[in-house]
Amino acid sequence: MVTQVLPAEMRGALVRRRRKTLLGPVDLTLAGTGFTMVLGPNGAGKTTLLKALHGLERLSSGEVSWAVPDTQARLRQAYVFQSPIMLRRTVRANLEYPLQLVGVPKTERSGPIENWATKIGLKDALDRPAPRLSGGEKQKLALARALIRDPEILFLDEPCANLDGRSTREIEVLLQSAYRAGTRIVMATHDLGQARRLATDVLFLFDGKIHECGAAPECFDAPTTQEFKTFLEGGILE
Amino acid sequence: MSDIWTGLVAAFWLIVTGDADLVEITLRSLQVSLTALVIASAIALPFGTWLAIRRFRYRRTAIAVLNAFMGLPPVVVGLIVYMLLSRSGPFGVFGLLFTPTAMIIAQVIIVTPLIASITHQAMRELWAEYHDLLISLNTTPRQRIWTLIIDGRRALLTATLAGFGRAIGEVGAIMIVGGNIDHATRVLTTAIALETSKGDFALALGLGFILIALALGVNILIHTLSRTEREGRW
Repeated sequence: MVTQVLPAEMRGALVRRRRKTLLGPVDLTLAGTGFTMVLGPNGAGKTTLLKALHGLERLSSGEVSWAVPDTQARLRQAYVFQSPIMLRRTVRANLEYPLQLVGVPKTERSGPIENWATKIGLKDALDRPAPRLSGGEKQKLALARALIRDPEILFLDEPCANLDGRSTREIEVLLQSAYRAGTRIVMATHDLGQARRLATDVLFLFDGKIHECGAAPECFDAPTTQEFKTFLEGGILE
Repeated sequence: MSDIWTGLVAAFWLIVTGDADLVEITLRSLQVSLTALVIASAIALPFGTWLAIRRFRYRRTAIAVLNAFMGLPPVVVGLIVYMLLSRSGPFGVFGLLFTPTAMIIAQVIIVTPLIASITHQAMRELWAEYHDLLISLNTTPRQRIWTLIIDGRRALLTATLAGFGRAIGEVGAIMIVGGNIDHATRVLTTAIALETSKGDFALALGLGFILIALALGVNILIHTLSRTEREGRW
């Protein structure tokens, strides 16, 4: 650990695009540890919330502050997109890229690259072009590429949305080991089963606002808002 | 028809006998156009890429101007470079007029907008694909441009080859600033213009076929070296 970027605090965050409010106002504190699941139906603002926290989405008002200045905080974050973005390079070059960006010397790169390739089961595919991998392999590679700089906090936007059971399980195993290694995880999903399996904290978004926020078992067992209750029971929120 | 045939025969004999003048002219053509291409690419590839990723106020205007400059009339470019480089012009002291350097300068001006414009088009698509990832990884603008250039190299190759095609076949500007001086600034295109006006169609055609062969040869060579169409699309 170089510097602690957490806790992060979001105050009065509001994202408006074309006169439509996508998110907020949201007040939120991300503590130093935990596996937070961001739940909610489509269009609830899950992606917008993650992107706003990560700094990819410009806030119309409000702010996000980290324990250290922004420039330092950015280096300790990573983000995995819903549909993995592959650089048009080999698997090895995709894993190498984040290290190269921060100036890790060439000789010290191969260690982590081989290590992560082994973890995601792509050791034999290191020299294959990444855009030709299967969907599950791409997402695992994207996850490894996000984790290779050893971020303090990892954002994931429905990483398993288009994957089958086996790939989903492999990703969950990777996420749990990252969590145990001390990575703070914030993940959006609308898969309740996955949320129950992984979450330590739950954040329920509906219509751009936080409707429920708390420790996982309590929230699942005794939802305090009607919306979250409906969502858990499988009802349709409109 | 017989003229064309005579031209082919003339071209054949010129090549087989290794005609000294022909070799000199061809090499000068290559030297001028390739030098211009290297300089133009060094400017246009980063510039076109930068234009694709950078949002600023007059971006649309800049792109429109760039696209308009693609069609810059070579003769006018030649005229302007002539006036700048002539003894009474601002750069007259360098004595560059009627030298290969002057021809290179003119061709750089003609070719740069073309390469930059094609680069910009190609890079815009790649940037749309990479945007979120590169922002998320906290890249500097320089790193972004470099990544796009490396990963979009196939498209950039096309841009460069288009630039080469325009440079090697260009006659208006280099005729004016080079002067078509024998053993000094004569290149394939200006020689063809001269031989045609002299009525020596066979030689003109011969030179023309060599020019076409040269353009083809360079294209094939570059494609082979960079192994396009072999490793798939990416």
